[in-house]
Amino acid sequence: MEQNFIRKLIFDEKTRALLIQTLVIGIFAVLIYLVTKQTAYNLEKRGIGTGFEFLNIAAGYDISISLIPYDSNDTHLRAYFVGLLNTLMIAVCGCFLATIMGFLVGIIRLSSNWLFRNIAYVYVEFTRNVPVLLQIILYYTILLHLPKVKQSIIIFDSFYLSNRGLFSPAPIFKDGFSVVIGSLIVMIIFTFFLKKFLKKKQELTGKQYPIFLINSALIIFIPIIFYYLMGMPLEFDHPVMKGFNFKGGMVIRPEFLGMLFGLSIYTAAFISETVRSGIISVSKCQREAAQAIGLKANFIMRLIIIPQALRVIIPPLTSQYLNLTKNSSLGIAIGYADLVHGFGGISLNQTGKAIEIMLIVMSTYLTISLTISFFMNLYNKAVQFKGNI
Amino acid sequence: MTIIKTLFASMILTLGLATANAGTLDVVKERGNLICGSNTGLAGFGNPNDAGVWEGIDVDVCRAVAAAVFGDASKVEYVPLTSKVRFTSLQSGEVDMLSRNTTWTLQRDVELGLEFVGVNYYDGQGFMVRKDLGVSSATELDGASVCIQVGTTTEMNLADYFSANGMSYESIPVETNAEADAAYLAGRCDIYTTDASGLYASRAGYPDPSAHIVLPEIVSKEPLGPSVRGNDSEWADVVRWSLNAMIIAEEKGITSGNVDDMIANSPDPETQRLLGVKAGYGAWLGLSDDWAANIIRQVGNYSESFEKHIGVNTPINIARGLNALYKDGGILYAPPFR
Repeated sequence: MEQNFIRKLIFDEKTRALLIQTLVIGIFAVLIYLVTKQTAYNLEKRGIGTGFEFLNIAAGYDISISLIPYDSNDTHLRAYFVGLLNTLMIAVCGCFLATIMGFLVGIIRLSSNWLFRNIAYVYVEFTRNVPVLLQIILYYTILLHLPKVKQSIIIFDSFYLSNRGLFSPAPIFKDGFSVVIGSLIVMIIFTFFLKKFLKKKQELTGKQYPIFLINSALIIFIPIIFYYLMGMPLEFDHPVMKGFNFKGGMVIRPEFLGMLFGLSIYTAAFISETVRSGIISVSKCQREAAQAIGLKANFIMRLIIIPQALRVIIPPLTSQYLNLTKNSSLGIAIGYADLVHGFGGISLNQTGKAIEIMLIVMSTYLTISLTISFFMNLYNKAVQFKGNI
Repeated sequence: MTIIKTLFASMILTLGLATANAGTLDVVKERGNLICGSNTGLAGFGNPNDAGVWEGIDVDVCRAVAAAVFGDASKVEYVPLTSKVRFTSLQSGEVDMLSRNTTWTLQRDVELGLEFVGVNYYDGQGFMVRKDLGVSSATELDGASVCIQVGTTTEMNLADYFSANGMSYESIPVETNAEADAAYLAGRCDIYTTDASGLYASRAGYPDPSAHIVLPEIVSKEPLGPSVRGNDSEWADVVRWSLNAMIIAEEKGITSGNVDDMIANSPDPETQRLLGVKAGYGAWLGLSDDWAANIIRQVGNYSESFEKHIGVNTPINIARGLNALYKDGGILYAPPFR
């Protein structure tokens, strides 16, 4: 019996594979254990304190760009969330802008217009062959050479552009504005179902409706009517030059813009290539068939080509989103207060907890990346062909 | 870059590759040169000159240690460190010592496992603004944009000072001194704040230094000094007494010019002990008896180093002030050599 078991271990392919895999995992676990133990020992020997208690002590430094209220008396933990939100903000805005630009450039590269096609070609080849860090620094330096704050460029009497950023009026919502917002949300939901209803009707009767026009009108005008009904519950806080800086209003800082331009222009070049390959991958016959039934060029693109191209585009697009998110950690180069800059930089230096903070920052990026992958995979499944072709 | 450096240093820490307790002095002697963590570039304190040779008063401490250990001040390899990675580099054994305008604080001394061996420059945080702003005091800075080098004691002092005076500000955190200069000169910020010495050093390099003033308020104590790992007191003593030797030499009037004359003729017992005329003192430190004489011969005394790199006859133009000897109205004071 026992001999049989050993024979099986050696000669049975399945059991052998299982044994080897168990061994490898075991060795890996032991290695991790040893490294952790050695680290703890080394730290203790050098008299370096360890632990995560530092998260609850006051950070002591200020962060200018913050989506949540924060001051220097708040804890390192809160500084972490400020940084995390800034990282997410640049990642979301960057991915959004890069996707739009990437799709446009990808389509233009396949255009029959020689000039447009080649401008797109030069753009792609230039941006994707220059390191993104240099591009970020380039855009930031250009922004720094905008006029100084006292000589701001004034746009429409309410926007002020200088090398401190773009200052604009900030909306102040008064009582009753929630009704306007509510009507907007209701309209968006309503038009969604209206579109489905009209589409179905079109399929049944063949009669076409100006769906886009009707829906746009509903979404724009109904909330405006409510806005006037509620007595115009919206005011603006205009920025005013006072002392060194503008007071009041809102500001988009050059650090954010530098990052946004750098990341999205760089990533858009890659996305455009992905889009181009996706479009080329769609069989020529599809386009010819569409032309044969008399569809207009932009309908062919929107209804026939892009939906099929998405199958090819989505997986590499996911990698580009991941790249952009990870590249956002370069914000440190121009003083954009992201996760690595604030928590991973200043907090690290103030507390000296290099290993703990690096662990937190790395697992945060890992979590963000895995989340993006998860949702992109869901979307990928949704756009794949159902059934066999 | 810095993140990779930090990561790498953490990795060394993790794997325990660093020269743990072997005794830094022995390791340095065996290697044949000293690896010194220096500034990434701060004129007068630690900066490569036109010929690529590092110089400055912080660099002189490294050179003094090399002169003491090897009898040759040039046996130093400089590793430029940003303020963010400096402690990790030292802790992990990437450098033997740190001499790059670093403030001595309780937390760094104790919790980071370092040992500060002395003070080679007494400093304080100041503010620099353009003259044409018409500001004459730091209390008039409400609402200003402030450029600030990250990873220093500076951002905490800044937060404290502005909140204590009920003022608001916008902080523009930058990574190095050079980036801070660029942002400040472009007008991204109204104020550049760091240790006053750093402000003087930066200003000396501006296109028109006279267009900028350093405000009179000094908002913190910043004793800057060299540091080593906290678990090696033998090595700490070598660095500590190399610095002390330079200060004592100034007290005793020993210079690089007259050191050989002093060895031959000085009747003063402390001078004789310092210069190794009376034997046996070097052995206590694990060094040769002429270690201090080598420092003074090759690097000079504290005053020589100060006047050469940052004194009133240099573009940086800093008066001795607090950094004069205790006899001359300053607070520079070395323990007796006996």
